[in-house]
Amino acid sequence: MVSEPVIEVQGLRTAFGKHVVHDDLSLEVRRGEILTIVGGSGTGKTVLLRQILGLSRPAAGRIRVFGQSVLHGPAKSRYALRQRWGVLFQSGALFSALSVFDNVAVPLRELRTLPEALIRDVVLTRLSMVGLGAADANKAPSDLSGGMIKRVALARALALDPDLLFLDEPTAGLDPTRSDEFVQLIRRLHAQLGFTVVMVTHDLDTLFALSDRVAVLAEKKVIVCASVPEVLRFEHPFIHTFFLGERGRRAMEGTEFEGVV
Amino acid sequence: MLVDESAVLIDESGSRPVCRINGAWTVGALRNRREQQRRARALQQVDGSAAWDLSGVTALDSVGALMLWRAWGNRLPEQATLPEATADVFAMLEQHPVENPPSVPRETFAGIRRVGDTVYTLSEHSRDLAVLLGQLLLDTGAFLRQPLRGPWREISAQIYHTGARALPITALVGFLIGVVLSYLSAQQLQLFGASVYIVDLLGISIVRELGPVLAAILVAGRSGSAITAQIGVMRVTQELDAMNVMGISHGQRLVLPRVVALCLAMPLVTLWTDVMALTGGMLVAAVNLDLSPMWFFLSLQDVIQPANFWIGMGKGVLFGALIALVACHFGLRVQPNTESLGQGTTASVVTSITAVILADAVCAVVFSEVGW
Repeated sequence: MVSEPVIEVQGLRTAFGKHVVHDDLSLEVRRGEILTIVGGSGTGKTVLLRQILGLSRPAAGRIRVFGQSVLHGPAKSRYALRQRWGVLFQSGALFSALSVFDNVAVPLRELRTLPEALIRDVVLTRLSMVGLGAADANKAPSDLSGGMIKRVALARALALDPDLLFLDEPTAGLDPTRSDEFVQLIRRLHAQLGFTVVMVTHDLDTLFALSDRVAVLAEKKVIVCASVPEVLRFEHPFIHTFFLGERGRRAMEGTEFEGVV
Repeated sequence: MLVDESAVLIDESGSRPVCRINGAWTVGALRNRREQQRRARALQQVDGSAAWDLSGVTALDSVGALMLWRAWGNRLPEQATLPEATADVFAMLEQHPVENPPSVPRETFAGIRRVGDTVYTLSEHSRDLAVLLGQLLLDTGAFLRQPLRGPWREISAQIYHTGARALPITALVGFLIGVVLSYLSAQQLQLFGASVYIVDLLGISIVRELGPVLAAILVAGRSGSAITAQIGVMRVTQELDAMNVMGISHGQRLVLPRVVALCLAMPLVTLWTDVMALTGGMLVAAVNLDLSPMWFFLSLQDVIQPANFWIGMGKGVLFGALIALVACHFGLRVQPNTESLGQGTTASVVTSITAVILADAVCAVVFSEVGW
């Protein structure tokens, strides 16, 4: 059965002044998959993510998430959309004035209907799921290490059981061990909770470990959007340097993709 | 989907009560407060020995699951029929039991501690200010010894931002205050037939007192807050640390240019405010008291002693230095978080305005014999 795509981007055009970033870009994200967006610097990965989230407005094109336009349509359904997705920002974007507990509780309290005792249990369960103990709950974001900030931000993104999770450079700024742990964490949660993931990353290890499909941004559009082996076989200079350079080969060692190309 | 009535159904027909859970148990379904309370009440009524049947559940997320989990006393009930999809959610809850966070110990002598904290903070502030002032004197010394190596570009940029850009607002406020003052005094002076003394009244009060204080309050609000916020954001973005590791002194590159710029710009802004306020007063005097502007202008020269003028300008320099120092002090104290930035900016403006008025009072006492 072909289900309706979770995200549908069609004919997207983005331009800053005369500098065109996207031209007639199209992308589809399927339910339950982990899709990674890669591309060289300045190809507009983060811009694309922000446009899907409705944070920036494209010059032209159509973006639908769960069949609902992010920029048009009734305000109520656009608002409802915001409770169906969670976002992990690159630097966490935790509210610095609130404690770890309160940060995770924000989306739940914003509903203004759940009793505080239930919110407490949900928050503590979420924190435990991302590997943080109850002792961390009262800490302020400024007392956390980079890895913990990402975990708390992930717990906050997951607070409302989103159907769709956006990860912007989830492992940037983490040391290799932490980064592997974080990848494991996302994989486990994905298996448990079954959400759809859209991820932007530069890190090849993360990409090979998580992606069901990879969308490659180049020449102002998505040149290929397919499973990892298919992308590796696709002939394009960017793919060649990005995946099949020394770093790429090293990252591929020991994964299921070794020897595909 | 009709779930309202039947989300929790208790069936007591058998030997053992069976509680049937139906419908959607998700954030979406529970966000209706009444529905949520009804389900919570219904769950409370279920007998402890009841068997649970969740085969009617259409959707379950961790919020809904936790609500059931709490009703079960944080464990799976002995007799439960769980469809496969829901079993996963409860398995996950079982893996991650809710631990109570350690409670924050409550202090017994919080009030006394607060007094101590305040004293400590105040002494810290005065020490930091003394260090800032000392560093500023050293930097000024170095600047005077080698003026060519000084931060000229920063100084001129700051003069433009704090001085030139402040001209429209100080002109407007100064003019209006002049109008108001002249209008009110004209009525009183007319009663005594002493209309000509309006020149003395306006001339001395504006040049000596109002001009410098008005300009200082406006500049403190405008530039003081800007300086604090700017330096504070540099702390948040680690620019201050970057300067430190490159061996660029904060005193020389951030504090000195701002203090010098405000010391130079403030007397000029004061003069401009004086002129505007006197113009406002002159216009009202011409309309209300029939005093010709020409005569008003010429008698100003006789009325305002040079000493008054210089006191006004001197105050401008002093207030400028105070505003810049206080703003830099609070800017450098900002911690890298949003709350501290807001608090620092507020404290900076409040403190610099208070400091300006305090200094003005001291000046009034010290120079009480001068300029009459």
